[in-house]
Amino acid sequence: MNLSTLTAEYALFAPEMVLAIGAMALLMLGVFIKDHDKAVGLVAPLTAGLLIVAALVAVFFVPAEGGQAFSGAFVFDPLALFSKIAIFGTAAIAMLFAVPYLKAERLARFEYFVLIALAALGMSMMVSANDLISMYMGVELQSLALYVLAAFNRDSLRASEAGLKYFVLGALSSGLLLYGASLVYGFTGATGFNEIAIAAASGEVSIGLLFGLVFIICGLAFKVSAAPFHMWTPDVYEGSPTPVTAFFATAPKFAAIVLLARILMEPFGAMTDQWQQVITVIAVLSMAVGSFGALTQNNIKRLMAYSSIGNMGYALVAIAAGTEIGLWALLAFMILYVIGLVAAFGVILSMRTSEGMVEQVEDLAGLSQSHPGLAWTMTGAMFSIGGLPFLVGFFGKLFILYAALQAGLVFLPIALVLFSVVSAYYYLRIVRVMWFSDPVVKFTGPPATTAWITNIAGIATAALVIVAPVLFYLAQNAGFGPL
Amino acid sequence: MLSAVTFAPLAGALVIVLFKMFSRAEDSGFIEKNARGVALLTTLVTFVLSIVVIIQFDPAVAGFQMVEYVPWFTELGMGYRMGVDGISVLFILLTAFLMPIAILASWKIEKRVADYMIAFLILETLMIGVFCALDMVLFYIFFEGGLIPMFLIIGVWGGANRVYAAFKFFLYTLLGSVLMLVAMVAMYVYAAPLVADGASPTDIRELQQIAFPGGMQTWLWLAFFASFAVKMPMWPVHTWLPDAHVEAPTAGSVILAGVLLKMGGYGFLRFSIPMFPDATAYFTPMVFVLSVIAIIYTSLVAFRQTDIKKLIAYSSVAHMGLVTMGLFAMTELGVQGAIFQMLSHGLISGALFLAVGVIYDRMHTREIAFYGGLVHRMPVYAAMLAFFTMANVGLPGTSGFVGEIMAMMGTFQVSTWAAAGAAIGVILSAVYMLTAYRNLVLGDLTNPKLAEINDMNVREWTIFMPLIIATLVLGFFSTLITDVTAASVGQLISDYQAALAASAQ
Repeated sequence: MNLSTLTAEYALFAPEMVLAIGAMALLMLGVFIKDHDKAVGLVAPLTAGLLIVAALVAVFFVPAEGGQAFSGAFVFDPLALFSKIAIFGTAAIAMLFAVPYLKAERLARFEYFVLIALAALGMSMMVSANDLISMYMGVELQSLALYVLAAFNRDSLRASEAGLKYFVLGALSSGLLLYGASLVYGFTGATGFNEIAIAAASGEVSIGLLFGLVFIICGLAFKVSAAPFHMWTPDVYEGSPTPVTAFFATAPKFAAIVLLARILMEPFGAMTDQWQQVITVIAVLSMAVGSFGALTQNNIKRLMAYSSIGNMGYALVAIAAGTEIGLWALLAFMILYVIGLVAAFGVILSMRTSEGMVEQVEDLAGLSQSHPGLAWTMTGAMFSIGGLPFLVGFFGKLFILYAALQAGLVFLPIALVLFSVVSAYYYLRIVRVMWFSDPVVKFTGPPATTAWITNIAGIATAALVIVAPVLFYLAQNAGFGPL
Repeated sequence: MLSAVTFAPLAGALVIVLFKMFSRAEDSGFIEKNARGVALLTTLVTFVLSIVVIIQFDPAVAGFQMVEYVPWFTELGMGYRMGVDGISVLFILLTAFLMPIAILASWKIEKRVADYMIAFLILETLMIGVFCALDMVLFYIFFEGGLIPMFLIIGVWGGANRVYAAFKFFLYTLLGSVLMLVAMVAMYVYAAPLVADGASPTDIRELQQIAFPGGMQTWLWLAFFASFAVKMPMWPVHTWLPDAHVEAPTAGSVILAGVLLKMGGYGFLRFSIPMFPDATAYFTPMVFVLSVIAIIYTSLVAFRQTDIKKLIAYSSVAHMGLVTMGLFAMTELGVQGAIFQMLSHGLISGALFLAVGVIYDRMHTREIAFYGGLVHRMPVYAAMLAFFTMANVGLPGTSGFVGEIMAMMGTFQVSTWAAAGAAIGVILSAVYMLTAYRNLVLGDLTNPKLAEINDMNVREWTIFMPLIIATLVLGFFSTLITDVTAASVGQLISDYQAALAASAQ
């Protein structure tokens, strides 16, 4: 291996290097500044900047044609690029959401931001993983950062519980993942996705390989919070500080679902018939749990947790299609879903009274009169996440239906639309509370940055319909890349 | 031009939004006054634009006219396509005609006026869009998008039990619609490899050319039926309608009865019948049975109602039964009559809901038993209500008669039994309408609370005059409608017969 191939390989790895070195540097910086508030004031914007730089590096510095590095352990392709931009972008937004919240709750510590940067690094590895070992490395890096973030409010009993629960169940899922990976290695003799793909495509599928695959699916289903591996989600969503919940709901889900899609479609692409059944079951269960579980929730963060379980079920329908169309439908769906989530969590973060944060659905009562802007945004977000036209979320669902029917699946799309009618009930419930009732609690109003991001995302849920083809085009290119 | 008609109301809504955004809280009175003005002006402009559309429209052409196309999701073959034919153009006119009336009827709304007007204007855009859309996905977006503003209108400005009614309305309709969405995507998947290069598999014109295989047609037909039957509404999925009507504000009821119900009938004409002719023929007896049940059963139910709005709502279901019957008769007379009946019912039921609104605004109750002897205090109102009661019964000279007789004659050519059932329904409609009229208006004025009730004022008169004129004009000059629809309906029927003949071989 000479120097020029080495630099060529490192060029593919540039965004991760920027993030890793930057995160270390920021950690040092934070440690050496004695004053807590000053450290936060410096580290927070720098980390957001770092993420944006990493995204820009991924777009402009990394060779556009992509390729594989480190003996095929790392891949940079349009799918990875698309996911990285989405992950870095949502991580930066989550960070901007966090600053005023942490200050108000007296939680402001610079480690928070470094942890988010490290989590983003792990996710970036996940979407670029092309080897079982680099996959596991990415998953663990992001998980460890997230465990700490979940318990960041260490004086709160609920947050500690959330962190511990997340950690224990997450460790279990990592164990499943690792066990699956070792089985796959044992039966194919390889850890690289390229080699596994060859082994999986050659002749008879061994039962051991299948076992390994199922274990890997279970491990990753934990990470995307798909039923029946969803138990941690409501508690962690509820217990964590709200900006952490906003982060949990967006970037890690995106990374994990892309990783799942890549594993199923690339190394195990030849075994579609085998894993399609597993994914179908998980998808239907997730949709059922997500739509029925949320019906009785009064805490809005718990409600969003169930909503996220249901939406991951929809995303799994796209994966179940197992085709290129399924892949870009998945990406388009996820990005449109994330836009709705940003708007929704922006509103949830604005639910602050003079006594502190409130989290009940009923606390939103009369929002349309007290804060019309927030109410319109939340309405747009709810209908968009619910997948109703004329909001952008509709297109995500439309593409998934298309992918599934094109792949010859009939049962899944019908299940999807029926469950989406059930879930429409609780989205409507939030809209009802905001519009049909009179104000009860008085919010102090969102901080400026939160308000801006929230309203832009809210407008995007409706206005993007016009420019949706552009997003769709990007997703389609990303989806057609790796296959 | 069609885009102008469709999006003019949206522009008005944006103006009100900007008003709200850039004014302080103290100016709320100013905003409210202007919101009403802007909304009325916008709907009037839209109405003028729709008249321009109908002037530019050439009734001699059977196909789609004034087609607009803007690339949109081109890779998937979707596109922003608008166009009208003889079937849809009149519905645009109806919508644009009813909207200023609805806005005027809501003049007395005091609660959150700006939001109210925004919701109505967005709703108008979506309704007109349904009738203009030439692309299947675009149609769906407009069709289902209309649920959102209507949900808010019922839920925020509705009556006592509004939350229940709003949820029922939304979820009922949504359940039907999502099945249609799956069917649409399935059609797309089937049609995509079959259309010629450059043509689009979501273009309604292309889809009407494609012969879907028999078994698939059945399922697709049922999925579309799930959506349109709920929207119509047909028995037995009509139960959301009385609730929605009773709780909705007056203008909401007018639009619901006047336009939203027509989307179901329009959908049958645009999708089910031309695209799945075999399934249509197969299911026609079922539709006839459901229609006859709807006509007779809901007429009897209407007779027993104590709430005026509910009575009119059930009468709407009965009249819509006549429409479905006429549509599926698939004779020229039947289809023409069904379209005529839809338009005429849009005017008459709208007027009846407005008439209820007049006394409801004064007394805040819709109980029939509360009223009686109104003729002594409100002679003008009594005369007006008598006119629309007769129109709803189908008195010759009003538009109600023309639609009913055409639809029944058209059905008679195909099924004597169905037409006989419909005729019974017409008799029953006279029974419940006249009974209700007698209880409301005639007799002695016994309720002391009514002693001070006043007759209609100028604003209310202005609302009713155009409706009275339109009902009479259509009653005497029915060719105004049938000439416009004739070419397109003729084409529809000949295509349908040809498709049946082709599949019979």
